[in-house]
Amino acid sequence: MPAGTLYRGREGMWSWVAHRVTGVLIFFFLFVHVLDTALVRVSPEAYDDTVAIYKTPLVNLMEYGLVAAILFHALNGLRVILVDFWSKGAKYQKQMLWSVLGVWVVLMAGAFYPVLQHTLRELFGS
Amino acid sequence: MSTTETTKPADAGSDGPTGPQDDVALFDVDHPAPVIEPPRKRTAKTPKASRGNFEMQAWLFMRLSGIVLVVLVLGHLLIQLVLDGGVSKIGFAFVAGRWASPFWQVWDLLMLWLAMLHGANGLRTVINDYAERDNTRFWLKMLLYTATVFTVLLGTLVIFTFDPNIR
Repeated sequence: MPAGTLYRGREGMWSWVAHRVTGVLIFFFLFVHVLDTALVRVSPEAYDDTVAIYKTPLVNLMEYGLVAAILFHALNGLRVILVDFWSKGAKYQKQMLWSVLGVWVVLMAGAFYPVLQHTLRELFGS
Repeated sequence: MSTTETTKPADAGSDGPTGPQDDVALFDVDHPAPVIEPPRKRTAKTPKASRGNFEMQAWLFMRLSGIVLVVLVLGHLLIQLVLDGGVSKIGFAFVAGRWASPFWQVWDLLMLWLAMLHGANGLRTVINDYAERDNTRFWLKMLLYTATVFTVLLGTLVIFTFDPNIR
C-alpha cells in the first residue's frame, strides 16, 4: 500500500473491507473443499478419514467461522446489490448495514448449537 | 458568450496567432480562431476501445451469480452443517445418498461453477488492486486462472463420474 494513503472511512469502507476479507477466505476454503470432496473418487475410506478432520473440535469451530463469513458476505452482498440497483439504496446504505449485522447476529445465534453440536456433545456428553 | 469571429481574447498575449497587436481583431471571417476539441471527444485519433465492456459484464455477473449463490450456498450449509446432526452425519454414504438424485447433482454443479467464477473474479479484482508490479500482477492472475480451471474441471468430473459402488 502506498504510504500516507490510508483512507479512514466509516461504515461504507469497513463493510467493503469485511466483504473483501470474507470473500477471499471463502474462496480459499472452496479450493480445499473441492479437493476433499474429490476423494469420493478415490475410496470411501479416504473420504471418511478426511471428513473426520472436519469433525474435530478445532475444525468444527472453524466451520462456525466459515458460516459467519458466508452469512456476512451473503447479506452484505444483497446490500451492495440494493445500493447499486435500488434508487434509494445509496441513501439507506448505513441503515441497511446495521440491518445486515442485526440479521447476522440472529442467524449466528441460531446456528451456534446446530453447527457446533458435534463438538458440544463430544466435550460435554450427550 | 459572443461569437468567435470578432471576439478579442481578454489576454491576447502569447497565444494569439499574430502576437500582441492592440486595436486589431485577431480573428475574423478570413482568420478564424483555432478549433479546440472538447475534452475526451472521440476522434479519428482515439484508439479503438480495446477491452470492450468486459468489466461491466463482470460487474453484472457478480451481482446475478451472487443472488443465485445466496440460495444455493445457504441451502448447502443448512443441509450439511445445521440439519440432522450437523457435521456428524457427513460421510461417503451421505454423499452417495444425495448424489443419487439428479436434483442435488445439478444443485452442486451449478454451485461449483458459479462459486468458482464468482470467487475467481473477486480475487482478480483484489490482485489488480494490490499487486502493483506488472509482472507480479500477471503471474498471480495466471496462478489464479490455472487453479480455478483445475478446480472447476476436477469438481465437475467428480460429480459426473461419482460411483456409489466404488471399492
